[in-house]
Amino acid sequence: MSDAVVPHRSEDHPQAPAGWFKRALDSDIFYSFRRSRLTMVAAVITLLFFLLAIFASWLAVQNPFDPAQLQLINSRIAPLWTADGQSPFLLGTDEQGRDVLSAILFGLRISLAVGVAGVVFAGALGIALGLVAGYFGGAVDSVIMRIADVQLTFPAILIALLVNGVAKSLLGNRLDEMSTLGVLIIAIGLSFWVQYARTVRGSVMVEKNKDYVAAAQLIGLPAPKILLRHVLPNTMGPILVIATINLALAIITEATLSFLGAGMPDTMPSLGTLIRIGNNYLFAGEWWIVAFPGIALAGLILSINLLGDWLRDALNPKLR
Amino acid sequence: MLAFTLRRLLQAIGVMLAVGVIAFAMFRFAGDPVNQMVSIDTSAAQRAEIRHSLGLDDPVLVQFGRYFINALQFKFGVSYQFRLPVSSLLAERLPATLELAICATVLAMVAGILMGVYSALRRDTILARLFQAISLIGISLPTFLIGILLIYLFAVTLGWLPSFGRGEVVKLGWWSTGLLTVSGWKAIIMPAITLGLFQMTLIMRLVRAEMLEVLRTDYIRFARARGLTTRAIHFGHALKNTLVPVITVAGLQFGSVIAFSIITETVFQWPGMGLLFVQAVQNVDIPIMAAYLLMVSLIFVTINLVVDILYTVVDPRLRSTVSRAT
Amino acid sequence: MTQPVLSVRNLEVEFVTRRATLRAINGVSFDIAKGEVLGVVGESGAGKSVTGLAVIGLIDPPGRIAAGEIELSGTRIDHLPLEEIRRVRGKRIGMIFQDPLTSLNPLYRIGDQIIETIRTHTSLSESAARRRAIDLLAEVGIPAPEKRIDGYPHEFSGGMRQRVVIALAICAEPELIIADEPTTALDVSVQAQIIALIKRLGRDHGTAVMLVTHDMGVIAETCDRVAVMYSGRIAEIGPVQEVVRNPLHPYARGLMGAIPTLAGEDKRLVQIPGSMPRLSAIPPGCPFNPRCAFAFDRCRVERPEPIRQGTQSVACHLFEPAKETAA
Repeated sequence: MSDAVVPHRSEDHPQAPAGWFKRALDSDIFYSFRRSRLTMVAAVITLLFFLLAIFASWLAVQNPFDPAQLQLINSRIAPLWTADGQSPFLLGTDEQGRDVLSAILFGLRISLAVGVAGVVFAGALGIALGLVAGYFGGAVDSVIMRIADVQLTFPAILIALLVNGVAKSLLGNRLDEMSTLGVLIIAIGLSFWVQYARTVRGSVMVEKNKDYVAAAQLIGLPAPKILLRHVLPNTMGPILVIATINLALAIITEATLSFLGAGMPDTMPSLGTLIRIGNNYLFAGEWWIVAFPGIALAGLILSINLLGDWLRDALNPKLR
Repeated sequence: MLAFTLRRLLQAIGVMLAVGVIAFAMFRFAGDPVNQMVSIDTSAAQRAEIRHSLGLDDPVLVQFGRYFINALQFKFGVSYQFRLPVSSLLAERLPATLELAICATVLAMVAGILMGVYSALRRDTILARLFQAISLIGISLPTFLIGILLIYLFAVTLGWLPSFGRGEVVKLGWWSTGLLTVSGWKAIIMPAITLGLFQMTLIMRLVRAEMLEVLRTDYIRFARARGLTTRAIHFGHALKNTLVPVITVAGLQFGSVIAFSIITETVFQWPGMGLLFVQAVQNVDIPIMAAYLLMVSLIFVTINLVVDILYTVVDPRLRSTVSRAT
Repeated sequence: MTQPVLSVRNLEVEFVTRRATLRAINGVSFDIAKGEVLGVVGESGAGKSVTGLAVIGLIDPPGRIAAGEIELSGTRIDHLPLEEIRRVRGKRIGMIFQDPLTSLNPLYRIGDQIIETIRTHTSLSESAARRRAIDLLAEVGIPAPEKRIDGYPHEFSGGMRQRVVIALAICAEPELIIADEPTTALDVSVQAQIIALIKRLGRDHGTAVMLVTHDMGVIAETCDRVAVMYSGRIAEIGPVQEVVRNPLHPYARGLMGAIPTLAGEDKRLVQIPGSMPRLSAIPPGCPFNPRCAFAFDRCRVERPEPIRQGTQSVACHLFEPAKETAA
């Protein structure tokens, strides 16, 4: 439509109340947040999961990673509300006598830690490579983006599995729980950097040729500094969206690796490991060993995805 | 058109070369083949001899050349676990994976396009919201959880479908198919749904988004101003324009389907390449890992190539820019 | 007086947003007679395009026709059921949009798009429709139409595409053509040809034309009558010579003063100070009052209604028949 009849959404604030906080409350983003009850529920659940993970040591009845605290006499107890339930095992125990709830709390901690660290690593790598590619252009740019193109056609899970397998082969027996954690974070980071790099590169390319950069260079400001100060903040919106959605993907990837037996070992289980262990008891009718970690994982990912979806729509109304 | 195809072909070969370098590096440096073949009490001299007989003391470039030439003949070395040639292991399992991937893709395409079109055209209906909810769950539930859930429902509780394996297979030459027996069809239902669900949600979301985008374009507005029927606008103009990018994505997704079958095959103990690969990762069987990487890359690159060429056939704009470039 | 082809009375169009209901068109009335070309001018956002879209029933939510009547040859076409207004579009009203580059579906041959339109509105067979499509392409001045009919839109230049768009608009011999800035996106050299084509078609077929533009030159050259819009209202409407030579409304005077002429060598072009208010901030009274050099108290309170002045009609308190006269 040539005549712009519909005014831009955020243009027509009647009178913007003073102060950052009030302005935030009046913003379109906050409005869409309040309007979507589902998003609020998702936000609360996500927060709850993070709190559970952080305070796992205080909430759990035992430390599931400490073999000394596990007693075989307590193995395979059904959840508390069933006929065979026993206190204090609210959600029952597995075959090693591990309390399922405690294992979930500690597993949640590992899943979230790997997910967040993986996303941060991928983000740092992607942003750095994107800045370099966009700023230098030329051969550097085409090499980086070629790699990105090729990698994008390969699913993250395949790359993560390969990185994992190679690390295993190189480290051999020296691979203990903590270094497995590191390998997982690196594997996930290396699988998810491409989107950040593309986004950042795109905005650097656009901004680089704008007059203010030339003007700033003219008065002697170094261009990299300008780009960092002006370009990065502009891409923060999309990066936040990518990071949120990638957090869910990273958690899924970690859980999948662990489920496939290429991730966290049984001695320090993440949610994925718990599901792999529990899966073996499904046919024996001991459903709780797999069901509760599964529900926790699904709930966590669903909440994060809902937040990510909302964030994407709120920051980019065109997509709706 | 020819030059375009050639250029794409060269790119594809470039990618395969790069993957080949990675596979070779894995094969040569990550797992030292000698260590896998000898016991602890083998003397250093014997080791050196084996090393020499395998050509591992040749310059790296020579070794790469040899690996490359062998790979071209589908010789990927011997599996550490099975003591069998990797190529015959892969060939034996290829049909299972391909049948699963094709069934899953067909399912995902048909259901995804139908649901996507519906939810774009009837945005605010209950069914459209239900589809949106399903798509969110499809993206949020990890594949293996869906598989476990299906097994628990249909195999453990109801006992309708088998929880693992391919059922009875029929040999057609070297190809083994499960699609000619009832038990084979029963066996593929749950794995195909599990594998296809993620792609289905992806296609559905893409179709919906593309269709909404297309419905906003000027030519759709002009089509409405010309008084065309709603049906002609939606299913003639809008759908055709929507499907162009969808074809690309769905085609490219076929590669991911094969890679994602790693998970599904593990859950359902489906005797395909993915299961072989997972076992290889667990047991650090580098030759299989390297060979799988090469095989999957070959499939990906071929698909990319075919999709690129198909794309130009579907979209007349590209066709002419392409032919102009020649 | 014979019945006008198009008659719009007190049209109001609203857009409902979450903060406010914005009135894009506020009480617009005009007629177009058979064979007449009505020009609609005004700045961007004055409501010209929305008026055109309202006539053809293409105002999409959140927009809606809030009040008023639109009659096409005596029958009301606002608020028709979807299926009936669809039959009006393309058959009785043809529409030409601004950008020919995006108006045609890139994946279909232009012939298929024309044939599809013809067959939607007539009972012609496929081959008859194809012959008609070739005739139409010839009529709008596409060379070698029997060959070009199988081309894709991207194979045509902008001007040629706009000719195809015009062929599509006239393929069912409509009574009315709405041309929404049909030349804005085109090269200057092509603009005159397209305008001439629209004018010729209107004359040959006796079609009424509503020509939306912001180009006064096009109006002066093409139109029989002209409506000057401002902030969703018609400020002045009348025969084109009168309005151009002797504009009454202060805004129309400003607009005409802004046209460069070859004759007026050293006359400075007049500028209208300020800019048109946003829809969310239309001042009370006459919407033009903050920019008007002649505004007085009443202009800031009371909305002026159209007043007849000879062949013209002007919505300005300055022309109140009673005591007030031009200041």
